[in-house]
Amino acid sequence: MARTTEAPRPEADWSRKILSVRDTRDEGAFAELFAHFAPRIKGFLIKSGASATMAEECAQEAMVTLWNKAHLFDPSRASAATWIFTIARNKKIDAFRRAARPEPEDLPWGPEPEPEAADAMALQQETQKLAKAIEELPQKQRDIVRRAYFGDLSHAELAEETGLPLGTIKSRIRLALTRLRQTLSE
Amino acid sequence: MTVKHVLNDQLAMGYAAGVLPEAFDVVVAAHLSLSDEARAMVSSYEAVGACLMEDCECFDMKPDAFASTLNRIKQSDIVVEKPKAKNVLPEPIQKYFGGDVDKVKWKSLGGGVKQAILPTDSKAQARLLYIPAGQSVPDHGHRGLELTLVLQGSFADEVDHFGRGDLEIANEELDHQPVAGMEADCICLAATDAPLRFNGLIPRILQPFFKI
Repeated sequence: MARTTEAPRPEADWSRKILSVRDTRDEGAFAELFAHFAPRIKGFLIKSGASATMAEECAQEAMVTLWNKAHLFDPSRASAATWIFTIARNKKIDAFRRAARPEPEDLPWGPEPEPEAADAMALQQETQKLAKAIEELPQKQRDIVRRAYFGDLSHAELAEETGLPLGTIKSRIRLALTRLRQTLSE
Repeated sequence: MTVKHVLNDQLAMGYAAGVLPEAFDVVVAAHLSLSDEARAMVSSYEAVGACLMEDCECFDMKPDAFASTLNRIKQSDIVVEKPKAKNVLPEPIQKYFGGDVDKVKWKSLGGGVKQAILPTDSKAQARLLYIPAGQSVPDHGHRGLELTLVLQGSFADEVDHFGRGDLEIANEELDHQPVAGMEADCICLAATDAPLRFNGLIPRILQPFFKI
């Protein structure tokens, strides 16, 4: 299979593809998600110290979970890439630990069929800004962040201050959670 | 949700990156189930992880990977969420005991205080503690990091008052003697990456027997 070389797509496209997997079990959309994300998950796993076999296995398993849990994806709380990252990370830990990782309770859907489109859009913009901010971090800080996520730092070595500007994206997610609670209690 | 004490950036990043010992993972997962503020903090660090994964060098999947994944999907079940009952133990803790508090097999520590150790990997240890209302836990310090999450009732110590969903993060500098609130027996989940350091002689002698 050729190395993935397609041009970067707007994040909104990936969210829509996950929603068509959810709504119509769309294999075409799934194939596109697979072509983009599976090789990245595999790369992330290999960078984190997994063997090629384990990385391939985790990437395939992560894509199975994407299909089976598509109904839990909420684009106002996480971008497509963020949601897929959490699935990949969990598969990685499960594989290293040989046991299921403790995860918080899944949040249920409210009576509203869809989250506010504007919320999802705002979160996507924040995610893009975050990516840019990471690129612009001073080299030393960026290295620390990278090493933390690729498992080269122990939890005791994690820095309290990373220099990451997370205030706005956190407030966005917090707002989406508050809305969800409100619709649930109505 | 009126959780006052949430996790810090270090823990949020550690959980998002997936580098915490299992005993800490379960405390954080239970905490996130009880606090939206904490959940939003962790989610923002997960967004950072996604940016790093997007930048990762891609590795080609095997030629039959897509077909094999579709095949796995056909043999798997869609995950359907069950309605959540209002339990004392959030789901991530229930997984270790096969149910809520009625399924926990407690071991007495004397004076009505009870504990149950979670079968996690050995990098850190997590246990449920049951402290009768108004009772205190032996005065102790910490060699490493101790996380305490309140699940029922409350406790107060030299730092503050902690209720359901609150997380206390204690390190080497803190010597404290938590006392359970009078309103109900207190149940908490505590995790440490080093044995506690008790200040009285008797608890110190008992420590090896109780694995605390």
